[in-house]
Amino acid sequence: MSARIIHIASNTFREAVRDRVLYNLIAFALLLSGASILVGQISIDIERLVVINLGLTAVSLFGIVIAIFIGIGLVSKEIEKRTLYTVLSRPVRRWEFIVGKYFGLAGTLVVNTFFMAIGVFAALLYVSHKFVGSDASVFVALYFIVLEFLIVCSLSLLFSSFSSPLLSAVFTFSLFVIGSFADDLRGFAGMAQGLSHWLAIGTSYIVPNLSAFNVITTVAHGQSVSTQLILQNTLYAIFYSAMALSGAVLIFERRNLK
Amino acid sequence: MKARRRTTFVAAASLLFSLAACVIVLRNIDRIRPQAPLEDALYVTSPKIVKRASLGYDGLMACIYWTRAVQYFGHRHFERGSSYNELAPLLEIATHLDPHLTVVYQFGASFLAPKPPGGAGEPVRAIQLMEYGIQNNPNDWKLYYDLGFVYYTELKNYAKASEAFARGALVPGAHPSMRILAARMAEHAGDIETARILWTETLESNHDDLIKANAAEHLRGLKVDEDIINLEAAVERFKQRTGRLPLTMFELASAEGIAGIPVDPDGNAYLLTVDGRIELQHPDDFSFATKGLPPGYKSPVKPKFHTKF
Repeated sequence: MSARIIHIASNTFREAVRDRVLYNLIAFALLLSGASILVGQISIDIERLVVINLGLTAVSLFGIVIAIFIGIGLVSKEIEKRTLYTVLSRPVRRWEFIVGKYFGLAGTLVVNTFFMAIGVFAALLYVSHKFVGSDASVFVALYFIVLEFLIVCSLSLLFSSFSSPLLSAVFTFSLFVIGSFADDLRGFAGMAQGLSHWLAIGTSYIVPNLSAFNVITTVAHGQSVSTQLILQNTLYAIFYSAMALSGAVLIFERRNLK
Repeated sequence: MKARRRTTFVAAASLLFSLAACVIVLRNIDRIRPQAPLEDALYVTSPKIVKRASLGYDGLMACIYWTRAVQYFGHRHFERGSSYNELAPLLEIATHLDPHLTVVYQFGASFLAPKPPGGAGEPVRAIQLMEYGIQNNPNDWKLYYDLGFVYYTELKNYAKASEAFARGALVPGAHPSMRILAARMAEHAGDIETARILWTETLESNHDDLIKANAAEHLRGLKVDEDIINLEAAVERFKQRTGRLPLTMFELASAEGIAGIPVDPDGNAYLLTVDGRIELQHPDDFSFATKGLPPGYKSPVKPKFHTKF
């Protein structure tokens, strides 16, 4: 079972890295990290802050774009090219296909993040001339960004399992945006009463709570992130991704592929 | 292949030529078109809306808005603008997005408080900005220092300045001069030594070259003021002893036991006028001196900085 998942994951990874759009996005992210050096020079006293803020935001946003635009095509492209039937005619179960695709895309994003992070650290070294202890917290921010990607990947795969690529992109991006306001949703639920209260509560827990993963501003100021938050966010990402993948498996198992 | 090579050459040449032509034409267009006023750029003035629109990337948006504020202020200052209407909203948005971006409070107050064309002429708004900064960063003693600075230099409210320095002195790790300044504000607010302590602290604690140059220029002005006060006191003593004004600076210096002719920080001798006043030879070189200026003298709008950092 695990061998089949690994094969599908590695094939997905190989296919994803052949996509030229990926290289353009990585190049653009690296360009933005380099440009952050210039931005700091037309302002006052925020060179290091801009490098970290702009660099990590570029890594995050471009990674989300990659996660969405590759993720939405993972299943639909296979159906369109009719290669899915070849795969499923082997002793590969549908859920193994979904899980393998997920790990393949996740692996692609981790590798992308690694290369984009090199750009961020290079810009940081250029501006600061040396690394200081507080720069270690940038790794935590990058780790949280990767956790965000895992959640968005699972969502794009969920929508891809039953919807067209365009709609999958719209749904995934919408959830990403709503997820940024999840804290506000819970705040609204606290103020609302009756049915609105329960609806808001329910919605705030169903949408991914992505605001908790954004510690870019915190690390830009050289502040550390608590170990508790790291642990809790890791667990949340695992459970939420598992939830979305389970949904994808449930839908895909019952999907009529004819 | 020959045809392809020819096509490649022609296309490349055409590309380069068109690029050069675009650059030349665009420069002509820029000369014809007036620059769009920066006031048109601030479409969203509500900090809350900007925060929502930033999708959680508040830190980056704060940096962008701070950079906009710096560019806006610099642009208006260069044009010797008399109004900086968008400055306060830009600073408020930046601090709302990232309340811990302390550079906005420190420099923002120095942009907002002074009168035009040096600043926006809004010391009250500068105070509000500083208080918001202190509320969100209570352990940053430099914010209390800047607050006291605004009260002292722009509002001449020495009681409030003393209170600000006293609050800052209580912050762990605060510079020892905070306590001294709090005391001096309370007792000797208007004197030169207090001002010297303030500007020396500004010079030593800042790492922005422009701020340091401005502080150094103020210190030059204070030195001149102090020299002029001492020399005019010497003239008064001479008059009381001899019943007349000294005829030359050499006579005054000899009577006071001063070796050589008193000179300003640039090495130019102070001038003794016929009515016993002491004047600077080159008042334009001391932008912040308040004494030793010829009657009817108007200082240049843009101060000259003599110290390079």
